[in-house]
This record gives sequence, structure tokens and C-alpha cells, in this order.
Amino acid sequence: MAPDTPLVIVDNLSYQRDKRVIFDQVSLRIPRSKITAILGPSGTGKTTLLKLIGAKLKPTQGNVHVDGRNIHSLSRPDLYRFRERIGMLFQNGALFTHLSTFDNVAFPLREHTKLPESMIRDLVLMKLDAVGLRGAQALMPAELSGGMARRVALARAIALDPMLIMYDEPFTGQDPISMGVLIKLIRRMNDALDMTSIIVSHDVAETLSIADYVYVLANGKVVAEGTPSDLQHDTGPFVSQFMHGLPDGAVPFHYPANPFIHDLLGDNA
Amino acid sequence: MTTWLQQLGHSGIETCQKLGRSFLFLLHVLIRPPRLFKTFPLLIRELYSVGVLSLVIIIVSGIFIGMVVSLQGHHILIKFSAEQELGQLVALSVVRELGPVVTALLFAGRAGSALTAEIGLMKTTEQLDSMEMMGVDPLWKIISPRFWAGFITMPILAVIFSAVAIGGGYVVGVDWLGVDGGSFWSNMQSAVDFRLDVVNGIIKSVVFGIVVTWIAIYQGYDTVPTAEGVSRATTRTVVYSSLAILGLDFILTATMLGGW
Amino acid sequence: MATEKSLEITVGLFLLVGIVALMLLAFKVSGLTFSVGSRYYTVTASFANIGNLKPRAAVRIAGVKIGEVETIRLNPDNYMADVVLEIDDSADKIPVDSNASILTAGLLGENYVSFTPGFEDTFLKENDHITNTSQAMILENLIGQLVFNMNKKDKEE
Repeated sequence: MAPDTPLVIVDNLSYQRDKRVIFDQVSLRIPRSKITAILGPSGTGKTTLLKLIGAKLKPTQGNVHVDGRNIHSLSRPDLYRFRERIGMLFQNGALFTHLSTFDNVAFPLREHTKLPESMIRDLVLMKLDAVGLRGAQALMPAELSGGMARRVALARAIALDPMLIMYDEPFTGQDPISMGVLIKLIRRMNDALDMTSIIVSHDVAETLSIADYVYVLANGKVVAEGTPSDLQHDTGPFVSQFMHGLPDGAVPFHYPANPFIHDLLGDNA
Repeated sequence: MTTWLQQLGHSGIETCQKLGRSFLFLLHVLIRPPRLFKTFPLLIRELYSVGVLSLVIIIVSGIFIGMVVSLQGHHILIKFSAEQELGQLVALSVVRELGPVVTALLFAGRAGSALTAEIGLMKTTEQLDSMEMMGVDPLWKIISPRFWAGFITMPILAVIFSAVAIGGGYVVGVDWLGVDGGSFWSNMQSAVDFRLDVVNGIIKSVVFGIVVTWIAIYQGYDTVPTAEGVSRATTRTVVYSSLAILGLDFILTATMLGGW
Repeated sequence: MATEKSLEITVGLFLLVGIVALMLLAFKVSGLTFSVGSRYYTVTASFANIGNLKPRAAVRIAGVKIGEVETIRLNPDNYMADVVLEIDDSADKIPVDSNASILTAGLLGENYVSFTPGFEDTFLKENDHITNTSQAMILENLIGQLVFNMNKKDKEE
């Protein structure tokens, strides 16, 4: 694979759930060794997109190539082997609650490698150190704060040094300090390990601050793409409303309704 | 009328789909090649949480059931001055019927609901998804050991229940009500056949074990990932398991008796 | 790991308790004996009426159990009941002219097959047929006879 071909190519992807169209002919290119952000309002199926890329879901139409392979045509064992090279950080970390922090990070190593326990220990401590939580190795997930849980999950996601890591809403519900820590970590991981990162989020400011390239999704389509500065200056009605968080605009403040006077006065109006 | 028919058809089709899905699910769990070396520690852990932790409730209920059967049986048998047949009455009713059925019902309430809630919560908190995205199949890592643990545990619990219940029956019948201990045991031994009574009881409990665990893990895996979804799935596990146990018990008893 | 070890020990104990319970059910409750080594031979006896005899009923000589009823079927040629008996190998000296009768344990108890030994020097062996049999006593018939006799007596007086 030439280094300049995109790592992930999404071609004309359509996805429906119970007749509701979630994606309609979406095409994306995720470049290697870069952080690509996918922004969009809540409920546009951004998490679904990640699950489609990870082949957790099958698209109704179109296909997804990851590192030159059509991920939806892989057999089940091949797919599972392929997934070892993809890390995913779930919204709430999704740590295994019955395992300690250490065992959580060790889990993928123990499952997929035959390394001796001493080496696994070293690797886990390295990964935990990278996220600054080496001291928390003995804690159970229930004893971690939300931000710490996400950092542990990040350490777990990079345990096998994946080529691609996907972040599902990494900033949601974080206080400013842990948000700052996460932003710094994501950037540093990406550069230090030469990974490709996909961030799905609706936290515009934080995402733009670290992304190299941004797609904006709305209503099942890509409505805008470009570098963060391009998008900041985009004048399209939806994009500018979304980027700057304006309460009214292309997405109206009011949910579609009858004229107010009808509701107030009933049919007498 | 047509809407009613349509509703009936709709729910019928849905039920069939659900049954089919759960059947496929069971097949997936079963045909997973057992990686003994890696699965064994998981199985031990599940045997502990499914089996050992259910032991207390099984033993306590067993003692009480045996005592009650003995008390009731004595009350009736003494009218025919046949109280020396008490051992036979207690042993047959416990080994054939009460042992497997009551154990299965308790197991569904104690271990089945716990399994569903555990798996359902793992799904709700995306642990199953994240495992899958890590390239580890939750079906064999999470589900399969739980299934086998239930499968192994159930007959063991039923046998323990029966033994304890007969002990309870002995205490009440012989020590308390004054039935002769020797005739208690000898009548029991001449009436209870190992293959027809004990083994058939064990077969029943194996079937119940499969069905209850299957329902529990499927309901957990199929949970709607919300707090309400988990609570509903847990309720469904207990209700479906209990109905399945009682229904299957009738069918199994009928086929077993038919063979006599 | 210590926890892993104690876990395994507890599970081992659990399995052990299960095995002990199974042993109890097998030997104490169902009176199972390891009689794999002791064989049996089968003989058939034809009865005119077997009353309430059921498979698994006991076969006794002088009240001592020596075997069990295996199957009961109707012989369509002579309308007799062919009863297949499994007799323990330890009881291998039953004279061929022994009488097999169906008796009742107590007034309302179970039916069983009882042998009254004969005097021949040859003994029953595998697949032998016993024809010297007495049919079961049917309580209703006995009562009927009793009533009939009493009526007769009344008339004579």
C-alpha cells in the first residue's frame, strides 16, 4: 500500500434501520497517520458509522475498504483477525467491570498473543504509563472516574498497537481538565505511534483543535468537508450554525408544529 | 376482524422469528470449538458463580421440601396404617419430580436471572461490543462458559437437592414421627429403581439445565440496552424458564412413564 | 493467584458434594448394588392368569428374592401369559419340576412369583420353560366363591 492512499475508503455507503434511512450514499476518505474528525448533530448515526467501518454492522449498500480490504466481505475468522489491528474507544470506555484496570489492558494481549506473562506485564505498564495511570493498575473500573476510565480504555485500545483507532464521542461528559488530558493524549498517541485516528463527536471546538481533516454529517449525508480552518469560514447556513453553535438557523429552534394560535385556541381560531 | 387477524399473524411471525433467532444463537454457542485450555479457567469461574453460589438456597429448600413431604405423607399414610411406606413416598416424589423441578425453578430464579442481568448489563455498557471490536468473540468468551456451567451445574444441584430432601424426610419421619428407620430405608430401596427413577430424574434436570441456561443467556444477549430493558429481560428469564420447566416436566414425565 | 486457587478448591468441593449426593441416591436410596459381575439367566413361565403381576416384580423361593419379572406378554396360540423371569446365577439349582405360582404380599400388596421346589435332579437353565404353574388368586373370584358357598349352605339348612 502506498503511504498516500487513504487507509479507510467509504464508498457510496447506505444504511437503513427499520426503513429509516441513516446514511444515504456517504463517501469518505480517511487519510493515513492523520486525525480525521466526523462531526454532526446528535442522532445522525455517527456511532453507527464507526460500527459500519468496524464491520459490526452490515451496510445496505456500498462498501468500506480498510487498508485495501473490503471489510464486509471478510469471513468471520478473518474479520476477527483483522479487528486486532483496529482499536475502538467506546463512549463510556466499556471497560470490563469484572476485571481490574491492569487486566483490562492486558485482555487483548492475553487473547491475541502468546507472550509470557512477564512481558505482558511490562507492555501493560507501558501503555498505562502512556495514559498516566500506571498508579491505578490495581483499581477496579468502578473506582475510576469517567475521565480515568476513558484513559484506561484508550490504553486498552492501543495495547496491540493498531493501525487505526476510532474514538466514539471521547469528549462527552468530561470536565475541562480531563477533556484537556484526552485531547493531548489523542494527539500524542496519533503522532507517537503513527496511527490513523477517527474521532466522532459533536464537541466542535475540542475536535477542531486536534483534527487534521473534518467531515460534517447531517441527515445521512456529508454536508461539508475540509480542514478545520476551511470549515470555520464556511458560510453555508447549516455548517455555520453547527460550527458556531447558533440556536436558530438552518436547523430551526422550534420543532415543526402547527401555528401557535391554533394550539392555543384550539379549532376556534 | 381483519385487524385482529393481522395482529395475530404479526405476533405469530414475530414469535417464530424470535424462536428461530434464539435457536441459531444456541447453535452458535454450541458449535464453537471448545478451546479447552483457554476456556477452562472461565468455566471454573462460572461454575463458582452459577453453581456454588446457588448451593445454599438449594440445600435449605431441599431440607424443607423433604420435611414437608414427609409430614404430609405420614399424615395420609397413617390412615391406612401404611406409615412404613413413608420412605418410598418421600424418595419417589423427590427423586422423580420435586428434585428436578424445584431445583430448576430455584435455579432459574437464582442463577438464571443473575446470568441475564450480567450479560444484559455487559451489553448495555457496550462491553460486548468492545470485546467484539477487539477481535474477541463474546459468544465464546462470555456466553459459552456460562452455558456450559449451567449445563453441568443443574444436574449436580438436583442430585444434591434430592439427597438433602430425603435426609430431611428421614429426620421428620423417623426421628420425629416415629416411623421405623429400618423399614423407612428398606421400603425405599425396594421401591426406587436406579435407572428408572434416579437416572430419569437426572435426565430431567439436564434438560431443564439446558433450557433455563439457554433462556437466560439469550435474554441477556438480546436485551434492549437500557436499564428498563435489563429489568424486563430478567423478568422474562424467570417467567419463561418457569413455564418451560413445568411444561417440559409434563412432557418428559409422560414419555418416561409411557416407557413403563 | 490465591483467589484463583480458592475458587478452584470451592468448585472442586461443589463437584465432590454432587458426587457424594449421587452416591447416596444410588446406594442408600435406590439400593443399587454393583451386581455387574453377577449374571442372571432367563426362564419363561406360562400362567393362565397373572392377576396384577407387573414387570420388575420379585421372584422368590421360600420368601427369599432370587430374581425379577422381566417382561410379560400374551401367547396368542394358547391364550396364556408368558412371563419372562430373570433369575440370579446364584440360584442355579432349581429343579425343573418346580412349581411357579403368583402370590400376593399381604391382603392388598403386590403380586410376586414364588417357586415351590420340585424333586428332579436336573435344574432349570437359560431359556427353559416352566409349565407347572398356579395362576394368581383373584380376590373377586374368591369372594364370589365364598358368597356362593354360603348361599348353598343357607339353602341346605
